[in-house]
Amino acid sequence: MAETVWVLGAAMTKIARYPDKDCTDLATEAALNALADGGTTIQDMEILACGNMFNGTDGQRILKQIGQTGIPVFNVTNACATGATAVRTVMLSILAGESDMGIAVGAEQMGKMGLLGPAGQARAEKHVFEPAGRYGAVMPAEGVLGTGLMPGVFGQAGMEYAYEHDGVGFEQFAKVAEKNHAHSTLNPLAQYQKRFSLEEIMEARMVAYPNTLPMCCPTGDGAAAIVLVSDSKLKTLSLEQQKRAVKISASVLTSDPYSETGDALPDVNTLTRNAAKLAYEKAGVGPADLNLVELHDCFATAELLHYDNLQLCEPGGAGAFIDSGAPWRDGKTPVNASGGLLSKGHPIGMTGAAGVFEITTQLRGEAGDRQIEGAKVGMAHVIGLGSSCAIHILEKTAA
Amino acid sequence: MGKQIPMVDYLVLDDGAPHLVARSCNNCGALYFDRRNACARCGKNDFGTKQLGTTGTVRAFAIVHQAAPNVPVPFVSTVVDLEGGGHVKANIVNVEPSPEKVSLGMKVRLTTFVAGTDDDGTEAVAFGFEPA
Repeated sequence: MAETVWVLGAAMTKIARYPDKDCTDLATEAALNALADGGTTIQDMEILACGNMFNGTDGQRILKQIGQTGIPVFNVTNACATGATAVRTVMLSILAGESDMGIAVGAEQMGKMGLLGPAGQARAEKHVFEPAGRYGAVMPAEGVLGTGLMPGVFGQAGMEYAYEHDGVGFEQFAKVAEKNHAHSTLNPLAQYQKRFSLEEIMEARMVAYPNTLPMCCPTGDGAAAIVLVSDSKLKTLSLEQQKRAVKISASVLTSDPYSETGDALPDVNTLTRNAAKLAYEKAGVGPADLNLVELHDCFATAELLHYDNLQLCEPGGAGAFIDSGAPWRDGKTPVNASGGLLSKGHPIGMTGAAGVFEITTQLRGEAGDRQIEGAKVGMAHVIGLGSSCAIHILEKTAA
Repeated sequence: MGKQIPMVDYLVLDDGAPHLVARSCNNCGALYFDRRNACARCGKNDFGTKQLGTTGTVRAFAIVHQAAPNVPVPFVSTVVDLEGGGHVKANIVNVEPSPEKVSLGMKVRLTTFVAGTDDDGTEAVAFGFEPA
């Protein structure tokens, strides 16, 4: 039986746009705050993992700002699961017995980078057609042979679910955004804290039907950091540190298995289902035991799919689940009580670590106005296209 | 009119009516539109080609209103389940881009259109799907 790993310290910056800082500033701030939160310093760390997609921020740059102790550094990228992969990397080092304490940092500075996808560039003005690439294409396919940009891709993923299941449509997707924007009004760390009515959401500017603007996550800047500790090391620390530590009951990472439709439409479901099944098995808990869930609502359509993928609702029943109010903060299974990616924000490399921060903070009972009372078990889920899915199940239990 | 070439190599214009072809794994039958080093399903690396059907069913769609630079909007992106096998991403064309006119499960058929012209006057022909 492998050793248990605990979250000892956790921190995140408010998600915002920080034109006067660079990504390393944000990463450093989160790292120092997480170290302090855990009652530790960089001198105690035996490994650092850093997740960042776009800025060239790596663990070595962070150590140059907070202490070049010479420890091993792992720089990871895994699309939207990058931050969670950093957390898991540190955890694996502890499980392997190579270290007792380590820190994971996820950071991103996106500014206003706009739509993400494979074909965001302008077309060349002058050219002669020449087949290129694995599809032998003579010109960019975006907008000619469908879309690969995220709002449309996730719009299609939502519509595929609507095709296969009754009781799901534009209104159910919009209700997800209504909930998450409402939740975000209680979270001072969220990028946006503005409530919208269902009508306002449905009548807002259409980005890619069925996702209107408030049903798409914003781009933004931020960083989160998590300090992990082995069970044996935790027992040597102060009672206060032991009391605030949160147990990692499961940490799972999957990629997308082959599916017949996966090339035409990225399959965000199967790898999430696989990860959830494994996480529940490892943690020895079921979906009914979860007091709260932070899941990957990059678009409102995506959240609805994951109710089903994570077994939070009856099979095929995601529409009825949101209609019933179950995922609201006062419902049966609060989902994205932080405001979710839709309103809290989604700095890509940060997001996975921010989810672990959020669950940790809730289980410690330190979430302030957004606290889910008595929360003991929580899940943080992220998925990045390509694809990569990470799930962490955390529990408040005696060390 | 200048020369016409397919916009992608899996669209065939010069062998009867326009149609799509897929690389087909000779071991397990998995279909791919792109060049593969080996099969993502079974790992074997022996491929043939398969001619695909020109009619199908709309499995999913999104109506894109905000797009990359120089891409005209709105357009309807879709994933079509082809009759006889295969799933393909394309636009739905020749229909008003609104949720009232496009529906899940809608029957569609392959059609072609000129997507661009290069400096030599060569036209790139793309495919889309229109209501059947």
